[in-house]
Amino acid sequence: MNVVSLVLQAGLRDLSRNRWIVAYTLCFLGIAEGLFWFGGTGPQVLLSLLNLVLLVLPLVALVFGTIHVYASREFVELLLAQPVPRRQLFTGLYLGLALPLAGAFVLGAGIPFAVHAREGASLGGVVALLCAGVGLSLAFAAIATWIALRTDDRLKGIGLALGAWLAATVVYDGLVLGAAAAFGNYPLERPLLALMLANPVDVARVLVLTQLDVSALMGYTGALFERTFGTVLGTGVAAAALIIWCAVPLGLAERRFTRRDF
Amino acid sequence: MLLALALAQPTARNADLTVGAGGRFSTITAALAAAKPGDRVLVRAGTYREPTIVVRTERLTLEGEGWPVLDGQGAREVLVIAADDVTVRGIVARNTGVSNLEDRAGIRARSVRNCVIEGNRLRDNLWGIYLQQSADCIVRDNDIEAHGVRQTESGNGIHLWYSPGARVERNHVRGQRDGIYFEFSPHGVTRDNVSERSQRYGLHFMFSDSCRYEHNIFRDNTSGVAVMYSRGVVITANRFERSWGSAAYGLLLKDIMGGEISNNTFDRNSTGLFVEGSSRLDVRGNVFSQNGWAAKVLADADENRFSGNQFTGNAFDVTTNSRSANSTFDGNWWDEYAGYDLNRDGVGDTAFHPVRLFALVVEEHPAALLLLRSPLVSILDAAERVLPVLTPEALVDRHPLMRPPR
Amino acid sequence: MITLDTIRKRFGALEVLQDVSLAVRPGAVTALVGPNGSGKTTLIKIVLGLTRADHGALHVDGKLADDAGAYRRAIGYMPQAAHFPVNLRVGDVLDLVSQLRPGERIDDDLARAFAMDEVKDKLVGTLSGGTRQKVNAVIAFMFRPSLLILDEPTAGLDPLSSNVLKEKIRAVRGEGRSVLVTSHIMAELESLADDVAFLCDGRLRFSGSVAELLGHTGGSSLEDAIASLMRTERSVRRSVGELPGPVVAPPWFAPQPKGAI
Repeated sequence: MNVVSLVLQAGLRDLSRNRWIVAYTLCFLGIAEGLFWFGGTGPQVLLSLLNLVLLVLPLVALVFGTIHVYASREFVELLLAQPVPRRQLFTGLYLGLALPLAGAFVLGAGIPFAVHAREGASLGGVVALLCAGVGLSLAFAAIATWIALRTDDRLKGIGLALGAWLAATVVYDGLVLGAAAAFGNYPLERPLLALMLANPVDVARVLVLTQLDVSALMGYTGALFERTFGTVLGTGVAAAALIIWCAVPLGLAERRFTRRDF
Repeated sequence: MLLALALAQPTARNADLTVGAGGRFSTITAALAAAKPGDRVLVRAGTYREPTIVVRTERLTLEGEGWPVLDGQGAREVLVIAADDVTVRGIVARNTGVSNLEDRAGIRARSVRNCVIEGNRLRDNLWGIYLQQSADCIVRDNDIEAHGVRQTESGNGIHLWYSPGARVERNHVRGQRDGIYFEFSPHGVTRDNVSERSQRYGLHFMFSDSCRYEHNIFRDNTSGVAVMYSRGVVITANRFERSWGSAAYGLLLKDIMGGEISNNTFDRNSTGLFVEGSSRLDVRGNVFSQNGWAAKVLADADENRFSGNQFTGNAFDVTTNSRSANSTFDGNWWDEYAGYDLNRDGVGDTAFHPVRLFALVVEEHPAALLLLRSPLVSILDAAERVLPVLTPEALVDRHPLMRPPR
Repeated sequence: MITLDTIRKRFGALEVLQDVSLAVRPGAVTALVGPNGSGKTTLIKIVLGLTRADHGALHVDGKLADDAGAYRRAIGYMPQAAHFPVNLRVGDVLDLVSQLRPGERIDDDLARAFAMDEVKDKLVGTLSGGTRQKVNAVIAFMFRPSLLILDEPTAGLDPLSSNVLKEKIRAVRGEGRSVLVTSHIMAELESLADDVAFLCDGRLRFSGSVAELLGHTGGSSLEDAIASLMRTERSVRRSVGELPGPVVAPPWFAPQPKGAI
């Protein structure tokens, strides 16, 4: 068996028994099921979960991710001392962190929708939400790994992770909103669309919007929106951007992992 | 054969004049020329290419058997009713061609009374069925389809002009400029029609007082439905679906005085209901679901009352363009309402402010729409709901329902 | 057999290793000693490929060590502290390491001596520190590498297990393999070491057999000899003004009770 799958399997085995990951799964399961229980219709539950996904997923991936990478440091050194290539070791370690995070979300949020499949949530919306959640988990696990590999001071690393979370979820949108207000007299659709693609949380949100809120997006005066969101192009662009947002920090983290001194 | 038919319908007309295979006439024009009031002209299957066919005999029935095709050959109007009490049924009228000089119709009623146009098929005509200064006519069970590419090359599916007292029922219109069009045609009843994929409006009516619209389905129309400059309009139990675009409305009401908008469903429109300059409307029992803007009520609309409506899954429930909006919202169900009901009377104990701060932001800065459903926006909206500073104070539902009505 | 040739490493302004050249003989135990911060850990990490030298060459069994890391087949490593993922079973950890090195000959002496069968179904998180250190040792000795690098191998082990481990180290030496070991416990090193490499401030101050060291310093034990080396170092440094003021003895220098292991 190759190194990636061996290390990945060990990671999966470890984190599947991790009480935080288990609690995280049960948390999503409880919230989604609870929303249905208290009379939520499919579309309502979807929208409530969207807010949770945009806020909680990056936070958990960043904080849990950095702590996990720090905690694995000595074990990683032991593995690095074995005759295996660093690149493969890195891939296995990253997947062993990111897949349990993404899997916990998919199980926790997906099962209630499968159970309540008849309550009106559009399949496209559910799939978009799950994809957005998986994308956010993978992207922020990569960012967390990168932060932890760059910063040996653990406290500083966790601080950076929290800062990244705040920046990506709230501060960035605040600045965009401010910019939209300040430059209201200029044609803004193109730059704003570009700004949305430059933040993984916004990319994930737009991906879900293209399934849930096309009617609203099409209400905007502007040919670009109509071209983008009136077809599958919008969903495609958002999905591609989310993949890029997984790949870029992952590439940076891998570069760091393969080159740094332990 | 003729005898058999006559026997089968003992109360029937004076005579049947048959056109086409096995009949006495080879052209419809010839049969019509020979017909007397009350006669029936029976047209057998086949394609008839004749100069515009004009019915000038009262109480005549023109009836197709096996879908005879009346072809305008891209050059002229197909059929004109020019006498009272005429019935046309079972024919296919097609291919008027496009003209910039004249309004060519598949079937036109011109200054008559009591015409009945039913069960016909209209294909690729500039105008479909055109009632021109014709009173108390019935247009029903017709199937109308056009494939015009541009608005300017297409007319309306069912067009009423100065034609009061019409009944338009169970028609299916696709791909015309406006699916159903009323102008200066009061006291009409429009029900059970399906109007879709219109290049402009699924239903467009103006200056037509005291009309009823019920159980119709309007969907995928480029600009939705527009109702303007009329009084006493009743719009009930219709579906308005999937009108997408910045100038597309499930239902646009402009300068409507008094009327009822009840039990309709507005689903997945960019704007569900748009109210401008209208007053004393009773908007109740409607369902607004998954629209961009469920209801846009401009400040110049007053004394409108929204009650018993259901708002669910909309990006914005209610928006307006001024803090001094004075329409009332009372006893609606809002999916975003998070209040409680301690005395268990089914009515929430705290008021609901349906106008979100973000809606006002987007009104000012449209491109900010891209931040829809951002956590930041949720935080701003929640803050504004606790301490309303910018949103209209008057636009508040003091008795929000705890459960959806119906 | 490993040879280090003029190894240099700096972290920022700090020169951690300066031109360290050293050969570790086969069939011998080499003790790597020196005060805290002398560069021992960095030197070990360079041999393992965890850290890259700025300059110099490392040969393992005559082959130049490169980034691909295949040369690490010749090395078994026992880190100072054993931290395995807490939710893995002991068996999972052992399986993982053995599967990462397919095709190598297994040596299960230590696994049997430490009764790994009894703990293999336990989660790592439930193990005592001593048991974890046993797992750590078992991993290092799992194969038959020509070089064993042991960082404080007996720390946390009970006397019996400690003895078992030392016996194993002697057996490995007897098979003609090399052992590089660090420890703060001089008495322990004395009972194991054939050669000594003394590192101070990133420089190799002495390298040779224990007998040579004793002859060179005139001490009667390894502890005395090392202490004497350090005293010399300090006086040299003080005379050139490198280390002004009174010198506090580093913790490892605290006298060990006689006979303590």
